[in-house]
Amino acid sequence: MHADLDANLTRPSASLEELYARMRFIRRFEETLLELFSAGKLVGTTHTYIGQEANAVGVIAHLDRERDVVFSNHRCHGHYLAFTDDAVGLLAEVMGRSTGVCGGKGGSQHLCNGNFYSNGVQGSIVPVSTGIALAEKEKASGAVTTVFIGDGTLGQGTLYECLNLASLWRLPLLVVVENNHYAQTTPFHLAVAGDVRARAEAFGIATDELDTTDVEEITAAAGRAVEHVRETGSPFYLVLNTYRFSPHSKGDDHRDPDEIATRRERDPLLVAGERLADDVRAGLDAACEERLTEVVAAAEAAPEAGG
Amino acid sequence: MSGKRCVTVVNEALVELFETRDDVVLLGEDVLDPYGGAFKVTQGLSERWPDRVLTTPISEASLFGVAAGMALRGQRPILEIMFGDFIALGFDQIVNGIGKFREMFDEQVSVPLVVRTPMGGRRGYGPTHSQSLEKLLLGVPGICVVAPSECHDLRGALIAAVEDDRPVFFIENKLMYGRPQRRPVNGYVDELRCVESEGRYPALTFSGNDFGPASATIVTYGGMLPIALEAATELILEHEQFCEVVALSSLLPLELEPVLESVARTGALVTAEEGTLTAGVGAEIAARVQELAWDDLRAPVRRVAARDGIVPAARGLEDEMLPGVRDLAAAVSALAEARA
Repeated sequence: MHADLDANLTRPSASLEELYARMRFIRRFEETLLELFSAGKLVGTTHTYIGQEANAVGVIAHLDRERDVVFSNHRCHGHYLAFTDDAVGLLAEVMGRSTGVCGGKGGSQHLCNGNFYSNGVQGSIVPVSTGIALAEKEKASGAVTTVFIGDGTLGQGTLYECLNLASLWRLPLLVVVENNHYAQTTPFHLAVAGDVRARAEAFGIATDELDTTDVEEITAAAGRAVEHVRETGSPFYLVLNTYRFSPHSKGDDHRDPDEIATRRERDPLLVAGERLADDVRAGLDAACEERLTEVVAAAEAAPEAGG
Repeated sequence: MSGKRCVTVVNEALVELFETRDDVVLLGEDVLDPYGGAFKVTQGLSERWPDRVLTTPISEASLFGVAAGMALRGQRPILEIMFGDFIALGFDQIVNGIGKFREMFDEQVSVPLVVRTPMGGRRGYGPTHSQSLEKLLLGVPGICVVAPSECHDLRGALIAAVEDDRPVFFIENKLMYGRPQRRPVNGYVDELRCVESEGRYPALTFSGNDFGPASATIVTYGGMLPIALEAATELILEHEQFCEVVALSSLLPLELEPVLESVARTGALVTAEEGTLTAGVGAEIAARVQELAWDDLRAPVRRVAARDGIVPAARGLEDEMLPGVRDLAAAVSALAEARA
């Protein structure tokens, strides 16, 4: 089954400049995190979103942070920044500072801020998101609940229980599958049988699938998906085939360097950046660096949590 | 006091909650009328409140998370798990979500859900439908486990659980459903004096002090209470040995004060539970009492529990496996005779 969607429903709520700037900031934030790790200024773990930025930015461009809900996973920084724009709170959290968004208790993968949540267990987040969508439906809030999962989550049984529940109960739930083709180090073909999209179609859920790093394409498709959920109150399952350039976490990368290099040719920042005038792009990049410097300074100045 | 069957008392408490709070929603398997749940606890609810009683597919692993999501967004979900054995399916949600959200998210959220589920054997349901698994929950920080008995205020306990901002696992006992609620009347249940502690989920302390000084304490909860009371009565009548019985309602956090007070009077403690022995409720109580009241004890704490194994289906085998009146009386007698 395919969604019968009117292309006119697409209402990208952000300009290309804005989309690019958001992606650029997420990219540089994540690169900075890895540098801070190397410099010994961070401990624990982090799962960077480098290469996947167009997905978070494109989907979340359609969400209302006052009303809609986002539930993310271990690789949540991009979603968090796109939804809340709270870079200082995130960096302070990852750095274990008391001013972190969860006071340093959650760390990189356990975030909560307003209508944003994330948790670090793949099978956990879809059921909770389903419950959130159910509550929002019963409250008639009009909220769209979006849960971001990856190809790794396709191995969790609760996903299929919840696709059944979301369809059965007509819940306003958007499931975004970011298939980056690796679950930690395990390639897709060693972990996933059958068809990714057909999994949801079997439950009678409307679906779409993209294979692109073009933020404008993703934004357009996400707009149709969000509109579907908002207008019909029923779920949608959006598969975004993507790729992460960085390791799963830190230094645990055994992928073919040629494969990564080929993928980098389609870097979402390059694709979007090419459409901007050089001076516009340079201005956005400079503003990004300026903000990042302030963010790092603010987080580093904050007191350590505990002790 | 009311003499109503416990299942009716719990059902009426649910009705009262639905009448008084519009944020209460109940979900579970086979909870709709006319069936009204496998143990008939939800009977009549869906007819009156069709939009607030949700029958679910057999998807326990997710349902715990669904209830958590509802609670995060301001509802007061009551999740009925048909058999307590099936909480095993929900442990990821219980451990990595329900128990963690509040503290992990720095008190920005609460998860005010109630999971109601029947535990216990003695009905011949066999190994996967007869267990007392509440002990598995005691190692999960961030949740509450409440297991009242037929002598506790079941109505009050369930209402308190729903009004609690913390996640509460409300353990019901299968045999208790069919038995009459036996509330203390003028401070007595039958011939035994009964004192109720303060707090949200009060404990009950029974004593035969009218007859003689007690030389041991039995601490128990839930479906083991009638067995403990029967053992206490038998010890009085047949051996002229007196003991106190403390029936806890709140297992997590563990309400220890009435136990310590009783042990200070009696000098010996037997724990009694229907679950298996190893790493059980009794083990935790014993450890704490020995840490806090070593000087009050004449002898090591004794644990009475089920043998570490399955709950067999055949009634004779089940009776052999589960702790009974005779096991409890023997343990108390041994302690009562112990000298400092």
